Amino acid sequence: MLSDMASFRVITPRREQAIADVILWTVMAFTLSMLLFIIVFVVQRGLPGLTWEYLTQAPADGGRAGGVFPMLIGTLIVTALGVVIATPLGLGTAIYLTEYTREGRLTRLIRFGAECLAGVPSIIFGLFGFVLFVIALGFGWSILAGGLTLAFMILPTIIRTSEEAIRSVPTAYREVALSLGASKWQSVVRVVLPSALPGILTGIILGVGRSISETAAVIFTAGSSLSHRAPTSLFDGVRTLSVHFYQLAREGISDQKAYTTATVLVLAILIINVTAYVIMNRLMRRYR
Amino acid sequence: MRPATLDALVERGLLILALSSIGILLLITVFIFREGGPLLFRVGIGNFLGTSWQPAEGQFGIATMVAGSAAVTVGALLLGVPLGLACAIVLAEMVSIRTRTILKPAIEVLAGIPSVVYGFIGIVVLIPWIRQNLGGAGASVLAGSIILGIMVLPTVIGISIDALQAVPKSYREGSIALGATRWQTIRRVVLPAARSGIVAAVILGMGRAVGETMAVIMVAGNSVQIPHSPLDSVRTLTANIALEMGYAAGDHRSALFATGVVLFVIIMALNATANLARGWQRRRTVIRPPISQATSADLGKTTRTIRDPEAC
Repeated sequence: MLSDMASFRVITPRREQAIADVILWTVMAFTLSMLLFIIVFVVQRGLPGLTWEYLTQAPADGGRAGGVFPMLIGTLIVTALGVVIATPLGLGTAIYLTEYTREGRLTRLIRFGAECLAGVPSIIFGLFGFVLFVIALGFGWSILAGGLTLAFMILPTIIRTSEEAIRSVPTAYREVALSLGASKWQSVVRVVLPSALPGILTGIILGVGRSISETAAVIFTAGSSLSHRAPTSLFDGVRTLSVHFYQLAREGISDQKAYTTATVLVLAILIINVTAYVIMNRLMRRYR
Repeated sequence: MRPATLDALVERGLLILALSSIGILLLITVFIFREGGPLLFRVGIGNFLGTSWQPAEGQFGIATMVAGSAAVTVGALLLGVPLGLACAIVLAEMVSIRTRTILKPAIEVLAGIPSVVYGFIGIVVLIPWIRQNLGGAGASVLAGSIILGIMVLPTVIGISIDALQAVPKSYREGSIALGATRWQTIRRVVLPAARSGIVAAVILGMGRAVGETMAVIMVAGNSVQIPHSPLDSVRTLTANIALEMGYAAGDHRSALFATGVVLFVIIMALNATANLARGWQRRRTVIRPPISQATSADLGKTTRTIRDPEAC
C-alpha cells in the first residue's frame, strides 16, 4: 500500500493513464500492421502470377510450371462435401439446444462435447480420419475420407454460429407463430429458421474458410499425390490447394508458384471472412 | 400425421443430431487410443517417456518432443499473451462500438489465414533474418515461438474480450465514481474481475500452440533433441506425427498414434481447465442486486428465460 502511494506521487494517475494509452495503442497498431504485412507481403509477390491460365491449367513439372486446376477443383469438392455433412448435424444440434430443451445437464454435456471438439488439433483429426476412413472403412486417400474428416472438424463452428443466430431471433416471432396455431416444428421451420438464415449462412461460410485453409487433417485423409486431372469420383485422392502449397513451400519447388498459391488462399480467406462478417452484422442489426 | 406426433418425432431426431458432436469426440478418443494404447503396454512407459527416438531399433522415447513442444509453446505465450491482452483491453475497454466492429473482424482474419501461409512467411522472412542476425541455422525454437505467438493472438484476444465484457458495467461505474482514472479502473477493477476468464484465454492459446502442426514443421527445424538455447532446432509432438506418418508402419506407426494420445490428453486437460476457469468467472461476477437495481446484464438474463421455449 505504502509503496503504491509513493509511486503515485512520482507518476500521477493522469500521466499513468497517458502512458498506458500509448503502450496499449502501440501494441494494437503493431498487431494490425503484422496482419497487414502478412497479406501485403504474400499478395504483392503472388499476384503477378495469378492469371486465368494459372487457375485453369494442370500443373506441370512437379508444380514448377502450369497451374492448379485439379487442386482447385479438389479443394472445392472436399470442402463442399464437408459442409454438406456438417450443416445438418450442426444446425440440428443448434435447433435442439435453443428450441427444444431447457438448460440442464444434457445441454451442458452437448456444449461440452462441441467445445472439446473445437479444441482438438487438426493433426488429431487427421490421424483419426486416417484410421477410421482411410484404413478401417477402406475409403483409401479420397475425397470422401477428406470430406468426412473436415465435416467433423468444422461441426463446432457451425453449431456455435447457428445457435447464436437462432437465439438472436426475437421471442415474439415464436409467440406469434404459436398463437396462430402453428406447431412448434412449424414455427421453427417457417418462422425462426428463415429469420436466422443469415447467421446460419455465416457459420457455413466460416466452415468453408476453415476447410480451405486446413492442411494437417486433409493431407492424411484426402492424400497429397500430385494429379494432373481433376477428380472424377468420391474415391479419388486429391491434393488440396493448401496441401499443394505446403509441398511447394517446404520442398522449395518453386517460390514464384508458392507465392501465387498462397495469394489464392489468402484472397479466398479474406473474401470469405468479409462476406461472413457482413452477413452476420446485418442479421444482428436487424434484431438489435 | 398430426402436428403433435410430428413434433415428438422431430424432437427425438434433433436429439440424435445434437448428440453427434459428443459421439464424434468419443469415436476419436476410441480410435486414437486403440491404435496408440497397446504399444505403451508392449514397450513400457519407461521406453516411451525416454529421450531416445529410434523407431527402427524399437526406441520410442518422446521426451525430446515433449520438451520441444513445451519450448515453442512457452515462447509463443511469452509473445502472444502480452500482445493479445493489450489488444483485448483496447478493443473491450477503450474504443467505441463502431471502431470495435471494424478492428475485431480484422484480427479474426488472422485466425483464418492458413497455418501453412504462416509457416511460409517464417521460411522466407523470419528464418533468414534469424540466421543473419542471431546466428544458428535459423529454423529454431525462436522462429517457432514467434510464428506461434502470432497464431495464438486471435484465440487470446477473442476469449479475453469475452472475459472483459462479462465484467458488469456497475464495477466500472463504481470505480469511476470513486475518482479512479480509466486506466486505474482497468488495472485494479476490471482485470482482477476478469482474471479467470483471462486465464482461460491463456490456456486455450496454449492449446492452440501445442496443437499447431504445419507452421511449426516449417519453421522449428525438426531435430530430435532437447533444446538448450532459443536458436536450437526442435521437433514438437505434432511435427513428429506429421513428418513420419507418411512412411511409418507397424510399431513405428503405433508409436506415432501413441504420440497422438499424449497430445490428445494434454489438449483435453487444457480445454477442461479453461472451461472450469470460464465457469468460475461467470459464477463470481454474477451479482444479485435488489430487483429495483437490476443491471443490464440481469435484464439480458430475464429475456433469455422468457425466450426459453418451455415458457412460451
